[in-house]
Amino acid sequence: MNLMTHLPVLIVVVPLLSAALCVLFNNRKSAWLITLLASFFCFYASINLIQIVQEVDVIIYSVGGWEAPLGIELRIDALNALMLLVLSGSAVLVSIYALKSVEKEIPVQNQVLFYTALLLVKAGLIGICVTGDAFNIFVFLEISSISTYALISLGHDRRALHASYQYLIMGTIGATFILIGIGFMYVMTGTLNIQDLSQRLPVVADTSAIRAAFAFLTIGVGIKAAMLPLHQWLPNAYAYSPSVVSTFLAATATKVAIYVLIRFQLSLFGIEFSLLQMPFNKILMILGTIGILGGSVSAIYQSNVKRMLAYSSVAQIGYILLAIGLASEPGFTAALLHIFNHALMKGTLFMALGLIAFRFASTELSVMSGIGKTMPLTMAAFLIGGLSLIGVPGTAGFISKWYLVTALLDASLWPLALVILIASVLTLIYIGRVIEVAYFQPAPEGITQQKVPKSMLVALWIFALSNIYFGLYSDISLGISSLAVNQLMGVTP
Amino acid sequence: MIANLELVIDICLLAFLIMIVFASIKITDLFAVTMLFGIFSFVSALLFLDLDAVDVAFTEAAVGAGFTTVLMLSALRLTTRFENVKHRHSLLGLPIVILTGAALLYGVADFPNMGDANAPIHHHLAPDFIRLTQQKIDIPNIVTAVLASFRGYDTFGETVVIFSAGAAVLMLLGMGHVERKQEPEKNLILWVVVKPMIALILIFGLYVQFHGDFGAGGGFQAGVIFASGFILYSLVFGETYARKVIPATILPRLSALGVLIYGVTGLMSLISNKPFLDYNALSSNPVGGQHLGILLVEAGVGLAVFSTILLIYYSFSGREVIHYE
Repeated sequence: MNLMTHLPVLIVVVPLLSAALCVLFNNRKSAWLITLLASFFCFYASINLIQIVQEVDVIIYSVGGWEAPLGIELRIDALNALMLLVLSGSAVLVSIYALKSVEKEIPVQNQVLFYTALLLVKAGLIGICVTGDAFNIFVFLEISSISTYALISLGHDRRALHASYQYLIMGTIGATFILIGIGFMYVMTGTLNIQDLSQRLPVVADTSAIRAAFAFLTIGVGIKAAMLPLHQWLPNAYAYSPSVVSTFLAATATKVAIYVLIRFQLSLFGIEFSLLQMPFNKILMILGTIGILGGSVSAIYQSNVKRMLAYSSVAQIGYILLAIGLASEPGFTAALLHIFNHALMKGTLFMALGLIAFRFASTELSVMSGIGKTMPLTMAAFLIGGLSLIGVPGTAGFISKWYLVTALLDASLWPLALVILIASVLTLIYIGRVIEVAYFQPAPEGITQQKVPKSMLVALWIFALSNIYFGLYSDISLGISSLAVNQLMGVTP
Repeated sequence: MIANLELVIDICLLAFLIMIVFASIKITDLFAVTMLFGIFSFVSALLFLDLDAVDVAFTEAAVGAGFTTVLMLSALRLTTRFENVKHRHSLLGLPIVILTGAALLYGVADFPNMGDANAPIHHHLAPDFIRLTQQKIDIPNIVTAVLASFRGYDTFGETVVIFSAGAAVLMLLGMGHVERKQEPEKNLILWVVVKPMIALILIFGLYVQFHGDFGAGGGFQAGVIFASGFILYSLVFGETYARKVIPATILPRLSALGVLIYGVTGLMSLISNKPFLDYNALSSNPVGGQHLGILLVEAGVGLAVFSTILLIYYSFSGREVIHYE
């Protein structure tokens, strides 16, 4: 057996079966250990897959030995590899962080199931990102969604139940729309394989069935990606879910939905059809711009910092959508870079909040006065994440904003470049509010230096430092992103 | 004439569906609505049957008309029988629903006609599925071949979906507990009638499980049928006894075991460096390998579905009843 050739499927199957093993052993400590080991395996696999992709361009793996389009093929190009790196990297850090956070936040009887569901979300999202089959995307979307709903509902605040229910309804509508879209395409072409679909669609592209399929797919994925105005589920879902869950979701979940959007729009329907003919590029740019401004302004008015960051995520998704809407090479590069970098910033910020919640059982701004002195290491990491979110030079956030502004200026859209700058100021305001309270207000009487678990701090700081690393050395993220864009646009390097 | 008759039946069934939907919106007696939902699923199953999708009809009848109705009744026990009609209706919903319906109709307009021999779905892959099923898998039910072998990876995913659903319900509701007072009263007639029925249901479940290669059915349907035998037992003889036959605590493990059986069967082929779920590697004779592989994964599916369904039932029925004033 050659392990390397089977990595594309093992990166999905290992976490899936690990989830089953967690339930079989039914022991809290071993469930955590299994989660950690599975995450490390996925990370190892994704690093290897990236190296292979850079050599051979595209990895194809026919599951069951049936070649596509008869069977299901896993297809990994640079875009998939980038997503796998984001997912598995976040998963490793979240797993290290989870041990203490779960012990504190989750009732004992649910801890094994918590890890099970966490592994299932991870495997589901990875499954979406390795497959080359449209229906298979739906299957793994189901796995990740069901587990996500359950995980959100475990937040200690009673409102978590309502948030989870809201997301369940919205998410199910989204998934159903995606299924309708896939079904319509199947009726018109007789295939489910994305590569095969992209070849057979142009013949029937000028039919109402395919236009309707396009609309259903886009709206369905739009709900999952929290594309404005379909974002209502997101703020509550992020704000009330357990810290581990909000960190992992904020770093990965909406990104995967955006990945599916890119895959459907660019690889399946083709840039010509989806972005220019439909004309989805204008819609994306308008929605993206409203999302950036609306999300940032809403963030300023939140008293709960976790909720504030959730609205900030709506704005960040706006950046990515705007960049895709440009339908140009620099635009796509900026979008992919921001998918990667945003995972780093939001991962850092939500993890820092998780540590604050660990000590104060709250993420209200009011509990954070003087926290810069009582929890210096946590708050310093938050500061780095915040600077990256604003886009200060030397951080990862700067790189993607720089590419986005350049792409906008390339397309002579300087008013939109101005919007980006305004949004950066808005970000400065809402991050500044937290910094002001944390560093310039005195801590309440009697609250001294707070102890936090080392494992959580280590995970947080790896996240935080990666913001700086990828801000100074953007070769890796930029290299994969541009390779992915070349592949998406059909340019052979 | 025959074709016209089918059309008439289809239209009648669709009309039934529409009537049931309107009735269930209008009626405020939740018990009646639950029954209507069951009828809705049953009529849908008939419709699938008429469209020659026997396996789908089977699943819809077992899950939609059977199990979901039991779950809804269980849930109904926890709340009041009549709907609180004073709730607000959001006006935003109406245009969205109309728009969605319009988009569906718009999309369907360019579909090939039903039963059109020239439709792409009959020409692109279907001939290969039929040919290869005969050549390489050699079982009569092509649906099973597609589900378990050609697209076995999807079915693996679906099995995990079932497993995740069980885990999710368990996280939210827990396993529940049985109180003496909510046990059903001893009813001799029911006992006498139901006892032999349970035996028949279980045997039928096994038949559907192992006959899936030849006729309609397979692990999914068999799992539901097998579980419904236990649910019936629990409804008539009381959950205390049912939980003695199959303890609640073992069910999550059985469900996980089902997923593992499927997954490990898939991993076996990796030993001989064949792709995941390539059943040819399971035996020296590729066709034999396919048979063995399908048998094993169907067993995994059956076990996972059976235990998850029963687990969800226990979770629902084990909830404490709170009486609202």
